[in-house]
Amino acid sequence: MSSFLFTFFAVFTVGCALGVVVNRNAVNAAMCLLLSLLGVAALFVRLEAFLLAFLLLLVYAGAVVTLFLFIVMLLDVQGEPANRKRPGVLASAAAGGLLLAGVVSLSLKGRLAAADPAALSAPGASLKLYASELFTRYLLPVQVVGFLLLIAMLGVIVLSRKDEAAGRGKTG
Amino acid sequence: MLPDTINTYLLVSALLFAIGFLGVILRRNTLVIYMCLELMLVASTLALVAFSRFNRTMAGNVFVFFILTVAAAEVAVGLAIIVALFRRRQTLQADRFDELKN
Repeated sequence: MSSFLFTFFAVFTVGCALGVVVNRNAVNAAMCLLLSLLGVAALFVRLEAFLLAFLLLLVYAGAVVTLFLFIVMLLDVQGEPANRKRPGVLASAAAGGLLLAGVVSLSLKGRLAAADPAALSAPGASLKLYASELFTRYLLPVQVVGFLLLIAMLGVIVLSRKDEAAGRGKTG
Repeated sequence: MLPDTINTYLLVSALLFAIGFLGVILRRNTLVIYMCLELMLVASTLALVAFSRFNRTMAGNVFVFFILTVAAAEVAVGLAIIVALFRRRQTLQADRFDELKN
């Protein structure tokens, strides 16, 4: 297998994800998030999930990151002050590192089949299969998710309304 | 060169998840914390797609489809909450939101 592309995109994705955490400026962090999502979409293409790669770009890179940038610029937050040393935070970071080390050793030494992806057929590559699955077996979840989107839209409208109750009384 | 097997995909996914987790713990800007949460979500979808690909099933792919839909709704609601919070408190530092402490 030509694993150069995979190596490149894996390193690219992880590096840009680190950029999200390290950048003090929220706009730069959002840009790093965008690049990281591009890398994940490329990995999806390597896994022959073309529809999901396209949807990831459309939904995440197109809508979510744009929304993040919009809110960052709307609220105009400054960079955070320098980090004080907090023992609890450092302890939990160390715990996360240990967890990561465990997962890494498992995923490198596990008994999972080291199959060559070229030899396997990829069901995710065919658009037709998505349609037949979504509209037969997963019809009810599709409708539930549609309803969820409707409720989310209503919720956002209610949340972003100007707070009229604040004028009447300070209880709300 | 990394080998192109499910182990490496899971490794990349775990790394992404851990980086997102670190961001949630270390950062104090609420917006950046939220971005790191999204990163963790995407990492989990990468693992699902890899499992689905190497097991030659459709279930993981369809699940990722639903995750993407729910994530879009979740981001919209979460950002609306953050904007409402900023309107009320004029700050986004997570350690300033401490009404429930003690």
